[in-house]
Amino acid sequence: MEISDNMDLDQEISKTVGSPLLESKVRIACRDVNVFYNKNVQAIFNVNLDIGKNQILAMIGPSGCGKSTLLRCFNRMNDTIEDCVVDGLIELDGENIHSKKIDPVVLRANVGMVFQKPNPFPKSIYDNVAYGPRLHGLTQNNSELDDIVEESLTKAGLWKETKDRLNKPGTGLSGGQQQRLCIARAIAVKPEVILMDEPTSALDPIATATIEELMSELKSAYTIVIVTHSMQQAARISDRTAYFHLGRLVEVDETGHIFTNPNHSLTENYITGRFG
Amino acid sequence: MENHDHISNQFDNDLESIRNHVLSMGGLVETNVKNAITSLLERDQALAEEVAKADFKVNQMEVEIDEECTQIIARRQPAAGDLRLVLTAIKVITDLERIGDEAEKIGRYAQTLASKKAKTGMHLELQTLGEKVSSMLNKTLDAFARMDASQAMEVVGLDIRIDEEFDRISRLLVSHMMEEPKNIKSMLRVSWCARSLERIGDHAQNICEYVIYSVHGEDVRHADIDKVKKEYLSKQE
Repeated sequence: MEISDNMDLDQEISKTVGSPLLESKVRIACRDVNVFYNKNVQAIFNVNLDIGKNQILAMIGPSGCGKSTLLRCFNRMNDTIEDCVVDGLIELDGENIHSKKIDPVVLRANVGMVFQKPNPFPKSIYDNVAYGPRLHGLTQNNSELDDIVEESLTKAGLWKETKDRLNKPGTGLSGGQQQRLCIARAIAVKPEVILMDEPTSALDPIATATIEELMSELKSAYTIVIVTHSMQQAARISDRTAYFHLGRLVEVDETGHIFTNPNHSLTENYITGRFG
Repeated sequence: MENHDHISNQFDNDLESIRNHVLSMGGLVETNVKNAITSLLERDQALAEEVAKADFKVNQMEVEIDEECTQIIARRQPAAGDLRLVLTAIKVITDLERIGDEAEKIGRYAQTLASKKAKTGMHLELQTLGEKVSSMLNKTLDAFARMDASQAMEVVGLDIRIDEEFDRISRLLVSHMMEEPKNIKSMLRVSWCARSLERIGDHAQNICEYVIYSVHGEDVRHADIDKVKKEYLSKQE
């Protein structure tokens, strides 16, 4: 999207509508976040968004609305994209993630990510999970590493299925199992936040249901942000839902409210499948 | 910004079909209620018989619309305004079916009152109540047809007038029963008709509350309607 005086749209989305989170519950806070690709293409416009602790936030919106771009801001994955500039304040537990004190590698351990397509390393199941803790020096000995691998696979609901074949390649698992392995890999470095970019779009309904069930269990320990094109999925699993339109955050509110009585007509049109 | 058509035309057609069928059912129920009142006031036995028999069509329509709503929920998973419309349709037809039952009851009582040539003229006391109920039902269905929440809020307020009229008739019937104990049976039937008319007012009120929910997304059942009205007026300002 080119930078342009899109006055009509700016008038229509003059302010994000919805209910604010209580401050004490905020894990991630975005203030006036703008994202540019190259110098003349703006993907995100003045986003102000609070993401709660131990909650699942679903980010929905049509393709190109900037939801994945914003998701990648939360663990500074956009740093790896040339000419991508992130402007504004993003705080994790009250600390600016762009501060010089923050090491992006540590940040990415703290804010893990799961992608659309399961992407296990071409290594054994054990090494996939052990890779992060080894890299970040989280263990003193092999026994501790074994414990982390077991704990992570258990939390990801994969231990029973894999405990007898930990040395087999991760790529030999089914799609759903591979995605749970990626979740176990993210959990192994003890993150606070897990970002998920369409984590079930490549999976069948049964594997999808397993991942959704897992997400519901994980939210007691983590904050989860999920980008999804499935509105039913957003409705099923999230506590709050944020609707994005052409780089603007139109509305964020309790999921039950968004899907029964959204405040903004743009949100209503999108979730009811109408022409925008 | 206005709501647009769905990307799926079929979805638009399905929702429109539900709305139209609810309106047809409403029209049928309205006719049955009017005929029931007429048969009662004019001691028209043939018409009363017709009303008593006509309820099966209302029941059949309820089942058909219920099925349409089930299908649309299963196939389309409607959300927001669409979801509220489907839920409203499901609830409205339940109340319409019950209104149909009340009309049927009035038809049956009217048959007895006409056939026995009851020596009481008390049934004529139901004229005002009948007019009020018919008018409320007509305005209710109009509010649904146009999805007019403001009109629905106005109509909800009419139920109090119906309750007042029902109380007046009840008091009158009690005193007449004491004066003319031999006519108690007939007067009880008149009383049951009054009760049915009063219940129709309650069902119409429910329908208006669903219309308000469908339009504004707010559940106003068991709420103080004057307070709700004031809140909406202040929001509009």
